[in-house]
Amino acid sequence: MIPAGFEYHRPADLSSAIGILLEHGDEARVVAGGHSLIPMMKLRMAELAHVIDLQDIGELKGIELGASTVTLGAMVTQHELITHEGLAKAIPVIREAALQIADPQVRYVGTIGGNVANGDPGNDMPGLMQCLDATFTLFGPDGTRDVPARDFYQAAYFTSRSDDEILTRITIPVPAAGTGQAYVKQKRKIGDYATAAAAVLIGNGTASVAMTNLSDTPVYSAEASEALANGDIDGCVAAMLASIDPQEDMRGPIPFKRHVAAVILRRAIDSALSRKS
Amino acid sequence: MKDEVQSPEDRSAKLKGMGCSRKRVEDVRFTQGRGNYVDDIKLDGMLVGDFVRSPYAHARVASINAEAALAIPGVLAVITAKDLEPLGLHWMPTLAGDKQMVLADGKVLFQGQEVAFVVAKDRYAAADGVAAVEVDYEELPVVTDPFKAMEPDAPVLREDLAGKTEGAHGPRRHHNHIFTWEVGDKDATEKVLAEADVVADEMVYYHRTHPMPLETCGAVASMDKVTGKLTLWGTFQAPHAVRTVASLISGIAEHNIRVISPDIGGGFGNKVGVYPGYICAIVASIVTGKPVKWVESRMDNLMSTAFARDYWMHGKISATKEGKITGLWCHTTADHGGFDACADPTKFPAGFMNICTGSYDIPVAFLSVDGVYTNKAPGGVAYRCSFRVTEAAYFIERMIEVLAIKLGMDAAELRRINFIRKDQFPYQSALGWEYDSGDYHTAWDKALKAVDYDGLRAEQAQRIEDFKAGKTRKLLGIGLTHFTEIVGAGPVKNCDILGLGMFDSCEIRIHPTGSAIARLGTISQGQGHATTFAQIIASEIGIPADDITLEEGDTDTAPYGLGTYGSRSTPVAGAATAMAARKIRAKAQMIAAYLLEVHDDDVEFEVDRFVVKGAPERFKTMKEIAFASYNQAIPGVEPGLEAVSYYDPPNMTYPFGAYICVMEIDVDTGEHKVRTFYALDDCGTRINPMIIEGQVHGGATEGYAIAMGQEIAYDDMGNHKTATLMDFFVPTAWETPHYTTDHTVTPSPHHPIGAKGVGESPNVGSVPAFSNAVHDAFRAFGLVQSHMPHDQWRIWRIAENLGLHS
Repeated sequence: MIPAGFEYHRPADLSSAIGILLEHGDEARVVAGGHSLIPMMKLRMAELAHVIDLQDIGELKGIELGASTVTLGAMVTQHELITHEGLAKAIPVIREAALQIADPQVRYVGTIGGNVANGDPGNDMPGLMQCLDATFTLFGPDGTRDVPARDFYQAAYFTSRSDDEILTRITIPVPAAGTGQAYVKQKRKIGDYATAAAAVLIGNGTASVAMTNLSDTPVYSAEASEALANGDIDGCVAAMLASIDPQEDMRGPIPFKRHVAAVILRRAIDSALSRKS
Repeated sequence: MKDEVQSPEDRSAKLKGMGCSRKRVEDVRFTQGRGNYVDDIKLDGMLVGDFVRSPYAHARVASINAEAALAIPGVLAVITAKDLEPLGLHWMPTLAGDKQMVLADGKVLFQGQEVAFVVAKDRYAAADGVAAVEVDYEELPVVTDPFKAMEPDAPVLREDLAGKTEGAHGPRRHHNHIFTWEVGDKDATEKVLAEADVVADEMVYYHRTHPMPLETCGAVASMDKVTGKLTLWGTFQAPHAVRTVASLISGIAEHNIRVISPDIGGGFGNKVGVYPGYICAIVASIVTGKPVKWVESRMDNLMSTAFARDYWMHGKISATKEGKITGLWCHTTADHGGFDACADPTKFPAGFMNICTGSYDIPVAFLSVDGVYTNKAPGGVAYRCSFRVTEAAYFIERMIEVLAIKLGMDAAELRRINFIRKDQFPYQSALGWEYDSGDYHTAWDKALKAVDYDGLRAEQAQRIEDFKAGKTRKLLGIGLTHFTEIVGAGPVKNCDILGLGMFDSCEIRIHPTGSAIARLGTISQGQGHATTFAQIIASEIGIPADDITLEEGDTDTAPYGLGTYGSRSTPVAGAATAMAARKIRAKAQMIAAYLLEVHDDDVEFEVDRFVVKGAPERFKTMKEIAFASYNQAIPGVEPGLEAVSYYDPPNMTYPFGAYICVMEIDVDTGEHKVRTFYALDDCGTRINPMIIEGQVHGGATEGYAIAMGQEIAYDDMGNHKTATLMDFFVPTAWETPHYTTDHTVTPSPHHPIGAKGVGESPNVGSVPAFSNAVHDAFRAFGLVQSHMPHDQWRIWRIAENLGLHS
């Protein structure tokens, strides 16, 4: 459980970080909270000559509440998401989801940017960001570009971010007042990834549904969302079940996962409906 | 003096003796980060060793190339079986009479097996060296199922045993067969079963799991080439046994070996065995002349050192129509992995599995156990239980439930009418044990009343109706257990490990000013011996527990003993402690009588002093007696006040308990919530109620983990699927149930203070209680048996198979 030797970099601004990335190419990776990368390095499943720690880069911090959008710096920690009262008022489902990630010690260090950028299908925030229709801002040698969360994930650990880009900000439209929001997660114990998790928004004539850890990417389903917007819960569940592709692991076999996916989605819908006004 | 006007009760309270919830003296250092564990030991020039481990479960090792590893700065040596062979150390004896490769000798038999030992100047260089060693493997067919391992054409795992038809425990009938162990009356049992009104026949699997001490296994070996002395620090639950075994296999004279168990961060059986890391650290220290440390990672621990359980127990239990049990039959297939490294007394290859008649008066019984090799890690340790007792308790407590279903009876009532009655003790069991004492009916009635058993059954009946009516998706399970443990191994006449008799010891020295030091042959791993053994001495000889230092674990200073596991410390070393104290008290009586100028028989012991009978104002305190013993010439009495006792127990002790778990189960997700967990323990005389309660909480939490999710799982290729804490379930405070503890007291008649041991009861008793709760929730829908662990998907599968999702 000891990683191979590596060089540790700790730049103070984004352009320096990009400079180091460009210099070392695929021998370098950025690290945010480190909860995914460092265990992989300790298992020697990831061997990197250069690790670029982003924690000193001020540009990556901060939660900004706008009239119609919320912007989160990539290095905002899960703990900050949970304790930010304005954010909890604007988009309460973010706190609800963050409280179900890992444990308090991990959440003090784990970041929203690391959670969404790593492309780990087990992470909770990618599905939630798809549900919320967030946009990810990427900064690279050619400047910045925006990618919708719903287009970002390609396969497990593969995203549309290129190796010389850093995810800097996440912009989330604030759901209309009265929108029912819920994040429901089944897990084996505190700290575990989801066996199945569902993020649901239900507004007046609108709805959005995404699920976590039931495929090699988070699963947003436009069809399921539309069915739910029309009040067709069974149709929503059926559409979602047609979109997921769970794999067997120690959490259980595929039929179990498909079953609980439907159960958890229904519970999230019930919860969101109960909060809708 | 102020002291003299105090009542005996006040003086007794000051001693903090037996029955007092004295705070743990160990915790001052543990809670301040001042413990001293193996990995805290740092010696000048100390090197570090780490293993190259096999990625395959069964393969030939064609070649090992260490060139690249040796080129890494800081890597000093790469040791392989070829290097150990000239020393005769490439294999080592196991506690079960088998032998085990120290390093892969031509082949590997389980994933994670030790292949080469890299010695380096620090952990970092060692890890780089491990990654750089090139091993050429040729894969062989893998067998992870013990039943398939016994098929005629199964792969041959142990080529070293080719042609050996006789094993350590009798004949072998197949190349993957280790032993057959039979106890009881086969013909009589089969006859009873054939003629019975009712027979319940079921396979009960207790899955493979693993102890989870916070601290993994490790050792530091330091060979002093000038003095010729080897000092070995390690996570040893039995330091003296390690010294003797190390001497026998290394040829180093026993007086030249000093074994020290420093603070140990939990053992639970994981630290009983001898592991390749210990041998390699010793050899590396001898070769390099420097101290060498080896400490496991968590993955190493889960993959290689000492699993527990993995018993397939096929049972048949017969009864009359009225529910009186008439016979019990059990055949167990025991999966031992690649080597038989079980930690059991030598004459008991399946431990005390023959306690499987449990708390019940079963007139005739038969048990047979077949040990089998598979491509899994070796071990088979008693994970917080006396040898295989938790398997036995789980087996009988499941069979009782299965029988209750067959009879259509309430499982509490079925137990009640079959308990061994109080007047039957000492009770001779059909499988050969003499239960020393018990009062099961009293404990059972108290437990049922405490949880309002009848009320729970009424609530459950209502719940079932509501479920059927579609009003709820949650079921209610009531898990019952009445367990009987057998602990305190053990009488030397039938208990030994590798020929070492399982007595234990205590040496007490009283200092001139009336304080004391005691040393024992056991070693605490969190049990709080320094707290509780001082309490025994305090009560026996009247010296305050706070004035007694307690030492264990250093073989140069502690008297010889067989260590701490199987709840044996209190039954055996605790008895030795009381006996040593009584020797001191006997001498103190002579001194007191001399000082008071009366005959020996004219003084009597009272709390902390000897008083002249009939003249309570004339007395000598233990403090005065201690001073006199060193400083006053007393005719016919040697100076000094000390004693040692080596205690060979006349029998085991038989703690018992009644545990009841009430559980809510979500039929749709397989999630559960423990609503009530009631644990009544009878461990005989209670030395420290607070420590007992802590033991019950800890053991029940381990039992909860085992029953509800914890397992060591392999795929068909022998890949270990649960080698990290992501998938190996260890409950956090969030998942851990709330426990209600209770007790009755039935002292052991043969133990000097009547104590029986408690550390392992909660693991033994809680596993069937949790499992029976799951089963009970689905009993009304037709469930008879479903194997542990009861994690979410397996509970979901029960509901699915019973048609509860449609």
